[in-house]
Amino acid sequence: MSSNDTQPADVNHPEGAQIKREERLAAPNLPADDPANSYAAAIKDAAIAALLAGVLGFFFLAIRTDIAPGGLEVTTRWALWIISMIVVFGGRLAISLFFRGGKAKGAGNKVVSAVAVPGLGTWLGRILFAFAVILPFFFVYFFPGRDRQFIDLAILIMTYIMLGWGLNIVVGLAGLLDLGYVAFYAVGAYSFALLATHFDFIGFWIALPLAGILAAFWGMILGFPVLRLRGDYLAIVTLAFGEIIRVVLLNWYEFTGGPDGVSGIPKPTLFGLEFTRGEGGFADFFGLEYDSIQRFIFLYYIIFILAIATNLITMRLRKMPIGRAWEALREDEIACRSLGINTTNTKLTAFSTGAMFGGLAGSFFATRQGFISPESFTFLESAIILAIVVLGGLGSQIGVVIASIVMIGGIELLRNLDFLQAIFGSNFDPTQYRMLIFGLAMVLIMVWKPRGLISSRNPSAIYKEKKAIGADMVAQGEGH
Amino acid sequence: MEYLIQQLINGLTLGSIYGLIAIGYTMVYGIIGMINFAHGDVFMVGSFIALAVFLILTSIFGFAFLPLVLLIVLIVSMLFTSAWGWTVERLAYRPLRGSFRLAPLITAIGMSIVLQNFVQVTQGARVKPLPPQISGGITLMEGSTEAGTIAVQLSYMQMIIIGVTFLLMVGFSLLIAKTPLGRAQRSCEQDQKMAALLGVNVDRTISLTFVMGAALAAVAGMMFLLLYGVVDFYIGFLAGVKAFTAAVLGGIGSLPGAMLGGLLIGLIETLWSGYFTVEYKDVAAFSILAIVLIFMPSGLLGKPEVEKV
Repeated sequence: MSSNDTQPADVNHPEGAQIKREERLAAPNLPADDPANSYAAAIKDAAIAALLAGVLGFFFLAIRTDIAPGGLEVTTRWALWIISMIVVFGGRLAISLFFRGGKAKGAGNKVVSAVAVPGLGTWLGRILFAFAVILPFFFVYFFPGRDRQFIDLAILIMTYIMLGWGLNIVVGLAGLLDLGYVAFYAVGAYSFALLATHFDFIGFWIALPLAGILAAFWGMILGFPVLRLRGDYLAIVTLAFGEIIRVVLLNWYEFTGGPDGVSGIPKPTLFGLEFTRGEGGFADFFGLEYDSIQRFIFLYYIIFILAIATNLITMRLRKMPIGRAWEALREDEIACRSLGINTTNTKLTAFSTGAMFGGLAGSFFATRQGFISPESFTFLESAIILAIVVLGGLGSQIGVVIASIVMIGGIELLRNLDFLQAIFGSNFDPTQYRMLIFGLAMVLIMVWKPRGLISSRNPSAIYKEKKAIGADMVAQGEGH
Repeated sequence: MEYLIQQLINGLTLGSIYGLIAIGYTMVYGIIGMINFAHGDVFMVGSFIALAVFLILTSIFGFAFLPLVLLIVLIVSMLFTSAWGWTVERLAYRPLRGSFRLAPLITAIGMSIVLQNFVQVTQGARVKPLPPQISGGITLMEGSTEAGTIAVQLSYMQMIIIGVTFLLMVGFSLLIAKTPLGRAQRSCEQDQKMAALLGVNVDRTISLTFVMGAALAAVAGMMFLLLYGVVDFYIGFLAGVKAFTAAVLGGIGSLPGAMLGGLLIGLIETLWSGYFTVEYKDVAAFSILAIVLIFMPSGLLGKPEVEKV
């Protein structure tokens, strides 16, 4: 290099580039998948991950602040901290050794095109539907001891399926990102609860349509101001509305009972037959033996019919001009306006239809619980519903079903992890980790399948023959 | 009058904290166009780290000189919270870069749930109180009303919060405007692909944006801890939503907008609680947001979005 010092840096090869070139030539030509090299790299990688885990965990795992007499005290848990580092090291090493090839291939912006087995979704849907029809009897027959628990879980999952389908109209079809969907759920629940507790003659079946109408009305009220907003502005305002409704429910003590909530909400009846023991009850009328499971089966069928109605109405609406307008709005708002679609009405109908189904589900929730309080209508609930819709694959009806079963069923399964106590000792409380695992699952599923579990969509308009379309061909919740 | 001034001072203090968190939201939004829902929880993590460092320094090592302790707490919590911010981005957002818009939003909500529950599991669900460390202040003015005398107090804590926020704001504005890193950030904000072609390391720039946002959130977390004296695993949600509201109110993507929005939200909240009811302060803040957005859909200082056909 010294001979070059007198000359100006090479005009054609700036000095830095020259050095780089020499380095490149000098560097040994390593084959990319040399096993020894990749092991070394994997171990180094895992060591870095473990170090990072150590840094992140230091103030949370190694150190714990506790309330002690006279202030706070610090306790240390070095063993836990070191174990966590080892676990991260091992986990990272395993991932990089076993999934390395797959990851390298899968990296980059892979375009998932339309490779859907035609008819699979339809068949899956039919099988799930058939199972859902016989579900209560299946559990009563095969799991006689735990039937109540399972049917209760099925009711819960079905409620979320209905909510997911309702929100799918707003986010999946119309492409409006709504982070405050729980507000309509709350409106439905509270309208039924308050109507039923203030007026004796109002039962579930009268209140149900009223709750739906009220929720749709609220959908319109809340939808109106946000018509001009787009994308994330829309998201934050809907979130704000959800919080406003919750705060009002919490603080308007005279009307809503505040944090105490509303209790004594009547149970639904079958044409006036109550599910009670004794004279005039359901069992008595049909000459059956009274069993408390009958009420659960009845509740299950109510939410099942409501959910199926939601689905059928949505599918029907999709084929109607209004549904076409929703989807057109999702794809391109400007094109919509140029073609003479009234975007105001389109957005408002999407909002209020979605809200109506939320309200119906809400009043079902109220009658199932018999007690409601603002606690049940937090942002987390909106987030879970939105997660179900997105994880299932926006705009896909069967995707919502699968995501609800996976997520809600998963959460409930985590309640029953008592066997882990045998491993980690009796101080270990698995239910604590429920939401932690739920959150991790949300992240992992999304990273694994960003377009949702179901990656094909039914076309809404068909020219000559029906073709499946890949999820990435559809604009999704971009919030125009 | 004195009451009003006192409320204004309180509002500015609260608004500074919101503003510091809001900058994290607005920077991330500006650069990759996503709502980092976990940012509020990064703030919470920051305040827990600050609490732990403070307790270690005072009760185990027995440091007594408060300014030094606070300085160490500030630096350590900024560093460790930055590591959290970096990790969140690396794990949950980077794999989804270039994917569609809602995917990172969902992972962000997932990450927020993870952080909250991680802290709850490891540190317990109970509220952790810290006795006030900085007491005293100066009396700006005094006035008398029928109810007695009212003094306008500016506590040292409030002075520190407002001062630190001001310094950080100036520092960050300079960083964005003058340094190569700031230039890289602004170029990524305009066009990531072009920036990458021109030799800007886009991944690194985005990571550093998260790190900076997390560091500011850590400062806010420490201020929150010292001002209110309580932390629990749930403080991140409401603070995060408020700060995001502030960022949107000021015009998301705009740094001065975030600070202005933060101050406005803080002022609205304290004035509302001072003159009306405490219970509905959140409703007031959110309503103002809705009203502002109806008339100015891109916020107070935001650039109007250009519709491309």
